[in-house]
Amino acid sequence: MKEKTMNIKRHNAKQAILTSVLAMVVSLVLGAILLAICGYSPIESYIAIFGSSLGTVKGFALSLSQATPLLFTGMAFAIAYRVRMINTGAEGQLYVGAMAAALVGAYVTGLPSVVHVPLCLLAAALAGGLVAGLVAFLKNRFGANEIILTLMLNEILILFTSYLANGPLKAEGSGVGQTNRIQESAQLFRLIPQTQLTIALLVGIALAVILQLVLNRTAFGYEIQITGYNLLAARTAGINAKRTYLLTFAISGAVAGLGGAAMSLGVNYRFVEGFSASYGFGGISVAALAAYSPVGVILSSFLIGVLKAGAITVNRTTDIPVEFVSVIQVLVIIFVAAPTLIRSLIALPKKLAGRGKQAEVKKEGANS
Amino acid sequence: MELIEMKHITKIYPGTVALDGVDFSLKQGEILSLLGENGAGKTTLMKVLYGMTQPNSGEICYKGEPLRLRSPIDAINKGICMVHQHFMLVPAFSVTDNIVVGAEPHKGIFLDKAKAKREVQELIQQFHFNIDPDILVERLSVGEQQRVEILKALYRKADVIILDEPTAVLTPTEVEELFVILRQLRDSGKSIIIITHKLKETMELADRIVVLRDGRLVADDVRPAEVTTEQLSSLMVGRQVDLQIRRPAKNIGEVCLKVENLTVMDHGQAKVKNVSLEVHAGEILGVAGIEGNGQTQLLEALTGLCQPKSMALTLNGEPLSGACDVFIHHGVGHVPEDRLAMGLVKEMSIKDNLILGYHRQDRFCGKGGMMKQAAIDGYAEKLKEEFLIKTPSVNAPVSSLSGGNQQKVIIARVFSQSPKALIVAHPTRGVDIGAIEYIHQQLIDIRDSGAAILLVSADLDEVRTLSDRIVVLYEGQIVSESMPGELSEVELGLLMTGSKPAGKGETHA
Repeated sequence: MKEKTMNIKRHNAKQAILTSVLAMVVSLVLGAILLAICGYSPIESYIAIFGSSLGTVKGFALSLSQATPLLFTGMAFAIAYRVRMINTGAEGQLYVGAMAAALVGAYVTGLPSVVHVPLCLLAAALAGGLVAGLVAFLKNRFGANEIILTLMLNEILILFTSYLANGPLKAEGSGVGQTNRIQESAQLFRLIPQTQLTIALLVGIALAVILQLVLNRTAFGYEIQITGYNLLAARTAGINAKRTYLLTFAISGAVAGLGGAAMSLGVNYRFVEGFSASYGFGGISVAALAAYSPVGVILSSFLIGVLKAGAITVNRTTDIPVEFVSVIQVLVIIFVAAPTLIRSLIALPKKLAGRGKQAEVKKEGANS
Repeated sequence: MELIEMKHITKIYPGTVALDGVDFSLKQGEILSLLGENGAGKTTLMKVLYGMTQPNSGEICYKGEPLRLRSPIDAINKGICMVHQHFMLVPAFSVTDNIVVGAEPHKGIFLDKAKAKREVQELIQQFHFNIDPDILVERLSVGEQQRVEILKALYRKADVIILDEPTAVLTPTEVEELFVILRQLRDSGKSIIIITHKLKETMELADRIVVLRDGRLVADDVRPAEVTTEQLSSLMVGRQVDLQIRRPAKNIGEVCLKVENLTVMDHGQAKVKNVSLEVHAGEILGVAGIEGNGQTQLLEALTGLCQPKSMALTLNGEPLSGACDVFIHHGVGHVPEDRLAMGLVKEMSIKDNLILGYHRQDRFCGKGGMMKQAAIDGYAEKLKEEFLIKTPSVNAPVSSLSGGNQQKVIIARVFSQSPKALIVAHPTRGVDIGAIEYIHQQLIDIRDSGAAILLVSADLDEVRTLSDRIVVLYEGQIVSESMPGELSEVELGLLMTGSKPAGKGETHA
């Protein structure tokens, strides 16, 4: 009894990690079956995927740069989830963040890089934070459902930024919907030349650590957790739940907005219409896989990044579709969202053994 | 004859032995009281009998045949039914619908409503249940809902009915009515098991008493006529306990908490109507009443959880209003009604729960909003020792504690802040005798140190034992105020149901 209670916290963490790892493994196995059905050799495909994304410097850099936007959107979903709000709006917040960063990057001139880049990031965070803050405000004030609001807002924001990029802010002479190229001073430093891997990754990792510290070590983080676990207990304890909702959701939006900035300032050097490969929604599976821990998101986004990079590279040489990675991502969500499914898979061997034992007991009972 | 025989039932949960080789038997046509503290294993034993959980070893014989139960459905099919503490009824359905659901009579694929009604009507008449089969369950009192649950069991041709803490939610009158019904059922040949920790009721109702303690059978053939409640409680707890000793307040001071014209609206209805009351420093004011007569709203108004329509509240002469944080900050401690829903965050550690509501205090939280981990650790350790919270570590989740120890966490958190006034609701609900004794002691100690305490409890014995003054709340109004001992239990019970005992109980203004 004593040992049991003492280790419950660690036990829970272990359980969460085990669930995530198993979810990943089972998803990969199912993915392999799918590949086999489609006529590809699963083993060769996986070797090709992981070999290309982990085996070379370029491939590894591609993995990390693919992981970067997911790191931000994953954190965004995770932090909101800790107060039990569902931020399905990371996609829209990503777009406004990208637009804000691109505009400040293009039209503010004459600044040194050390000032210009943070300014662009700030603009992106503000844009994402305001949009999400508005949603939380509407929830607090009118009891609106944040899932529906953010989903609807996604459409509005994506189309609105599209309009800007095709209309008033369209780059001169451009054939596609995009804004002017950003100043050189606003471009993110590349960690490895000739790749899309930028300092945004480090910013994201630092942010993850900071968010984790806020959650675990500050009074605000304590209030986030209390409100998330038990709203009534939070109110009874005098915690201003509405304020907690508002701030947490705004932070979530700001983080998603930063993800957009990473794309505008580090990859495209401008806002490009439709630039997101559904990073906002990808963040949901990344967060779920990380059991909604900001630091865990570092790992889970890397994992998905590896798969994506592998699929992109393999796609050039073979005809394995990139969408295959989306299938894996979705499977991961299903398994993480249905932990009992995974747990029953874990318990299956035990259960079978137990059944044997029961049968024996029955036999004994019959004999006596 | 033995209807049920359970032999050597052992049930092991990870890290704890819930039942340790328990033998249990039930005869036909008897009322058996299964007595024990929380955690003694009585619920687990019944879960085994009801097929909700499988024992690690042991066997069950029913009517002389070995019985294997994989789920409650197996048990119900054999005629073993359970009435849970929390009723499983659909409020928007009629009594008839609730009774037949799951075993509906049907014509082809259609529900045979006429037959259902006829059968339920017959059942009601046969057992004199006095209930309208067409009324919606949401319009029934708690006692009537319980009768619907019993009817559900009878409709399924139950021979054995297990009732889990059946009197916990009932008024004294309803308890009497329930007992009449149960005796009647026994006389018609049914066997009844009641799970309880209430000694008085056990003595009154049971034909035979079985006592469990720490997962072991302590006594299995106690006749109420042959024992005293004291003997029973020492069987249950393993030592001598007495909860009925009153310790009157020694130094009642000035008015501390003063409430005037309190009216609380809820969904357009006045749940508390123009209530005024005063609690003096060093005094416990007990609020007796049947649940649902405005207690919840009264508690919410006095702790900042709801904004009343009107209220003038003063604490030591200073007006006080606002949300919970204002009340907490000004020294109004709150032991909430429902400890798991309102008082604790069960996913978080004992440590985190011990500072909940006070976590922004300078000693726990630095200027930059960083929590002072070392200080919190030390504080939690200190409270754990001081308030005898039984846990190997304050880092364990609060959900790993027993109900009594969970309540101790709340008591420790609130009482150690030396509150001026205390709003205490059902402090010992679902808590075992040892912890009740301890919590009562703490309440009396903090009263004697000068706190003004408002005690709301559904347990009339508790109100009568602890209070220095008792008011009765009925339909949102205070209908009586008396000194302890002035009114008998029966008289208070009558006031709680809105009737006035002859010659007594006029409102002392």
